[in-house]
Amino acid sequence: MALEESHVRRAAHLARLAVSDDQASGFVDDLSQILDMVDQLQSLDTEGVMPLAHPLDATQRLRADEVTETNQRDTFQRCAPAVENGLYLVPRVVE
Amino acid sequence: MYEKTLTQLVAALKSGEFSSRELTAHYLQRIEKADGKLNSFISVTAEQALKQAEIADNERVAGNARPLAGIPLALKDIFCTLGVKTSCGSKMLDNFIAPYNATVVEKLNAAGTISLGKTNMDEFAMGSSTENSYYGPVKNPWDLTAVPGGSSGGSAAAVAAGLVPAAMGTDTGGSIRQPAAFCGITGLKPTYGRVSRFGIIAYASSLDQAGPMARSAEDCAHLLGVIAGYDGRDSTSVARGVPDYVEGLNAPLSGLKIGLPKEYFGDGLDPEVEKAVREAVKVYQSLGATVREVSLPHTHYAIPAYYVIAPAEASSNLSRYDGVRFGHRCDNPSDLIDLYTRSRAEGFGEEVKRRILIGTHTLSEGFFDAYYTKAQQVRRLIRQDFLDAFEDVDVLMGPASPTPAFDLGAKKDPVSMYLQDIYTIAVNLAGIPGISVPAGFVGSRPVGLQILGTHFAEAQLLNVAHQFQQATDWHLQRPAFAEEYA
Repeated sequence: MALEESHVRRAAHLARLAVSDDQASGFVDDLSQILDMVDQLQSLDTEGVMPLAHPLDATQRLRADEVTETNQRDTFQRCAPAVENGLYLVPRVVE
Repeated sequence: MYEKTLTQLVAALKSGEFSSRELTAHYLQRIEKADGKLNSFISVTAEQALKQAEIADNERVAGNARPLAGIPLALKDIFCTLGVKTSCGSKMLDNFIAPYNATVVEKLNAAGTISLGKTNMDEFAMGSSTENSYYGPVKNPWDLTAVPGGSSGGSAAAVAAGLVPAAMGTDTGGSIRQPAAFCGITGLKPTYGRVSRFGIIAYASSLDQAGPMARSAEDCAHLLGVIAGYDGRDSTSVARGVPDYVEGLNAPLSGLKIGLPKEYFGDGLDPEVEKAVREAVKVYQSLGATVREVSLPHTHYAIPAYYVIAPAEASSNLSRYDGVRFGHRCDNPSDLIDLYTRSRAEGFGEEVKRRILIGTHTLSEGFFDAYYTKAQQVRRLIRQDFLDAFEDVDVLMGPASPTPAFDLGAKKDPVSMYLQDIYTIAVNLAGIPGISVPAGFVGSRPVGLQILGTHFAEAQLLNVAHQFQQATDWHLQRPAFAEEYA
């Protein structure tokens, strides 16, 4: 499955990663090499094999729907780039 | 003092040969003198360490010292440490002071150990040489022109150079075992779910696991006993009792059945590495073990499957770095999208971007089944290979890496770097434990013997590794670099 620059552009957009034109062509080369290596998987017959998501085949543990955490907003906002009155500041989204 | 193993240091503190304050100051001084050449630490927390050492000494005087009270350690900079910069080797988190402790850190604190600081690593644990760090590459103390391996290269180099008796690492595709092999130390990757991932900055959540890196299997046994166990804050933590790993070390090995996977002794394996590993296997035979060849037929597909699954999980995990809540934020964003895209472009290094893009691409519409579903199916086949092998043998043995440490700058393209992990990566896909122990040298560069066991066989792996270390002294060799700062 050949990789084209449009694929890199789409992935960069979905991943919210700014990629310049120069960088895009470099990524096409690198990612093509990686995907060529990955494409070896296609030669293996996996018909009827269940996908494995968790190495112990464990399922998600559930807990009672109870409040267990205390509010630590001030602590957690101390490492934020910009906050005001307990809110995270970002550029205006709605005019 | 630095010549001693952690186990010997525990005894020396107990007998009053020296205090924890003296010991801590000794290592801090070695870091100050030697680390300019190695670059194994990102942060050194000297003041805090000396304070903790005093507390440990006071406990000792009062007669209520905890088992590892006053033992200095280092933490890979991937473990969130309350009030201390936790960078994960990235510009993205260069300004991140963790607001809480990882469970591993909490457990080590509760056992009385002292953190000297945070060790260097490949950015977000993505790499096999520690050359991908925002803070510059780490050097191998056995040969300063060689890499220490990665991604836990700072932890491995610091232990090998005697800057700290032991350190914590994480292993997603070999990141404890390969640097342990390259630096001539002992490193254990536990079973997936054995050690809590809470507070460990996530790379690939279905593969990540933390473990000890130290001078001996006995040292690792002491540390694993502290950090292992169930944690409700990690949804994949396994509720299962923690055995006494130290108590099990001395079981005799007569009758142990060792399997040598034939795929681990094929093309691409350095003949000198192979020789060292086969010599090590002979030592086991002299201890009463039997050896047979086994096959892990899907070995060849492990790296391709990993480079779908790990980047896919990474692309999701790393979406949290948005320039809003923590981490790097670009200057003067024009709008919200500009804030996201530029903060991420400035904060992440090349390898991290590659993996985010690969992961995003393989998970995207039109590609998901061909890549992600396929890789997960192959993952099951790879795990089944191991389960089948463990029907016939107790442990598997082979090289930890196809070559000894390579030169800094030698692996220029990403795929040639990825192929280094051929013997370690399948272990993470299968979730089984593995340990690397020193087993000789090629020139001045160490060779690691990798020993693998079935799920939750850590006690057996430590026993098997310890018995080797009772019969050989490879693990006691120290680089000349360490002696320069005596």
